[in-house]
Amino acid sequence: MTEVKLKLSGVTKAFGKQPVLQGIDLDIAESEMVCLIGPSGSGKSTLLRCMNLLEPIDDGVIHLDGVDISEPGLDLRPIRRQIGIVFQSFNLFPHLSAMDNVLLAPLRVLGKSKANADGQARELFTRFGLANEMHKYPDQLSGGQQQRVAVIRALAMQPQIMLFDEITSALDPELVEEVLDVLRQLRDAGMTMVLATHEMGFARELADRVCFLDQGKIVEQGPPDVIFAAPKHQRTRTFLKSVLR
Amino acid sequence: MCRSSSDRTPLNRRQIFEARQRNRSIVIAGLSTIAFVLILYLAVPLAPGWERVKASFFNGEIFVKTFPTLLEAFLLDIAIFAWSAPLIALVGLLIALCRSTNAPALFPLRIFGALYVDIFRGVPVVLVIYLIGFGVPGLGLPRPWNSPYIWGTVALVLTYSAYVAEILRSGIESIHPSQRSAAICLGLSERDAMRYVILPQAVRRVVPANMNMFVALQKDVALLSFIGPVEILRQAGIYKSLLANFTPYVAAAVIFLAVTIPATRYADYLLSRERNDRS
Ligand SMILES: Nc1ncnc2c1ncn2[C@@H]1O[C@H](COP(=O)(O)OP(=O)(O)O)[C@@H](O)[C@H]1O
Ligand SMILES: [Mg+2]
Repeated sequence: MTEVKLKLSGVTKAFGKQPVLQGIDLDIAESEMVCLIGPSGSGKSTLLRCMNLLEPIDDGVIHLDGVDISEPGLDLRPIRRQIGIVFQSFNLFPHLSAMDNVLLAPLRVLGKSKANADGQARELFTRFGLANEMHKYPDQLSGGQQQRVAVIRALAMQPQIMLFDEITSALDPELVEEVLDVLRQLRDAGMTMVLATHEMGFARELADRVCFLDQGKIVEQGPPDVIFAAPKHQRTRTFLKSVLR
Repeated sequence: MCRSSSDRTPLNRRQIFEARQRNRSIVIAGLSTIAFVLILYLAVPLAPGWERVKASFFNGEIFVKTFPTLLEAFLLDIAIFAWSAPLIALVGLLIALCRSTNAPALFPLRIFGALYVDIFRGVPVVLVIYLIGFGVPGLGLPRPWNSPYIWGTVALVLTYSAYVAEILRSGIESIHPSQRSAAICLGLSERDAMRYVILPQAVRRVVPANMNMFVALQKDVALLSFIGPVEILRQAGIYKSLLANFTPYVAAAVIFLAVTIPATRYADYLLSRERNDRS
C-alpha cells in the first residue's frame, strides 16, 4: 500500500444522547477500496457523512493528505469538493437534465467555462455508457441510470476520494450489476473509494479491505478473504451468517 | 392499466356492467340538471318582487349602454394588477427567503419575516388599503407622492406578498432535505444550493397555489375604488347613482367572471396535474 489518503483517529459522533460513532480509527490508502459492512443502524452512513464533513464530528481528527480537515471553523467547501459522495437515493436534481446535473457544480463552484465543463461531462457520460441519456431528465432514467449519473456528477468535480452509501440497495435486482460495473471501472482507474454496502459478493470480489461495524465501532477489519472466510469475532460471524444465509 | 376504449376485444362481464353503470349516471345527471333549470326558470318569476328586481338588476338596455365604459374602466383594474403582481412575487420571495434562512446572523431577518407574515395576513385587505391609502397621503406628501395609485398598490403588495411568502415557504420546506445535502456535497454554498437547486423546484411546486392567490388579487384590485381610482367598481357605482339602477353592478360582475373563472379553472387543472405527477 502507498501513502495514507484519509486518516480518521478517534472519531466520535452522537445524535443527542445516542452515541452513533464511538472512536473510529481508520486509515484509507491511496487507490484503496474499503467496504463498510454491518447491520442496519450500525453507523455506516453516519461514518461516510462525517468523512466529507456533512455531519460535524464531536471528537477526534480527520486528515486528508496529512492536513487536518476536522479543525473547527475551516471553510468546508474546498474540502468537500475533493470528496465525492453518492447516496442511496434522491441524489439527482429532478428539475435539471442529466447533463445539467453534472454541469452545475463545475460551472458554479469551479468556475469552469461552459465549453470546458461540457467537454469533460460528455467524456464522462461516454465513458460510463450514458452518451444517449445525457439530455434526459432524471424521471426519464431507470434507477440504475440515475445512480450512474450521480456517480458521473461527483466525478466531474475531480475528487480525490469517492464515498458510496449503499448506492444499489434501492434498485431493482436486475439494475444492480450496471451500477457495480461503474464501481469496477473506477477501481481499475485507481480511485480511492469507501463503500457502505450490502453486496457481500461484490465486497468479497473487489474490496482491498472490509470493515465490520457494529454499534458505532469497527469490530473487525481485514482483507475480504479473511473477514468472510474466517471472522474472528462472534458478532461478525452472526452478522455474516444472517446476510449470507 | 385500464383498457383503452379503442381496444376492440370483446368486453367481459365486469366491463359490460361498468359501461352500463356509466351510461345510467350520465342520463340521471342530465335529467336532473334539466329539471333543476326548468324549476328555476318557472319558479323565480313567481316571486312577488321579481318584476322589480328584474327591472333594477337585469335591465338589458342599461346593460348594453354601460358595458363598454365598464369594460374600459376594467382596463385600469388590469393595469393595477399588472404592476402589482410582479412586485408581490418579488417581495413574497424575499420574505420567504428571510423566513427560510437558518444562519444565526440572519436571525433578525427571520423574526422580521414572521412578523410581517403574521401582521399582513391577520388584517383584512380593505383595512390595509384604508390605513395606507388615506393614512400615508395624509402626511401631506407633495404630488405625485400622494397618489392613491401608489399607496393602494403598496397596500395590495404588503397584504398579498405575505400570503405568497407563506406559500413559497411551504414549497421550500417540501423539498427533500437530501437535495440540499447533495448540493452541499458538490461544494455549492448554501446560497447557491437555494438558488439553483431548492428554489426552482419549490417555485414549480407552488405555481397552482399562487395562481389562486393571483385570481383573488384580480378581484381585490377593485377595493382600491374606496380610496379614489375610478376603476370598474367605482364606475359601476357612478352609473348606479346616475341611472338609479343596479344593472351596471351585474355587468361588472360578468366582466370579472369572464376573467376569474377561466383563471381558476386553469389553476385547478395545474393543481390536479401536479398531484398526478407526484403520485
Ligand atoms: N440525523 C440523525 N438524527 C438522529 N439520529 C440519527 C441521524 N442519522 C442517523 N441516526 C441514528 O444513528 C444510528 C446510525 O445510523 P446510520 O449511520 O444511518 O446507520 P447505517 O447506515 O449503518 O444503517 C441509527 O440509530 C440512526 O437512528
Ligand atoms: Mg445507512
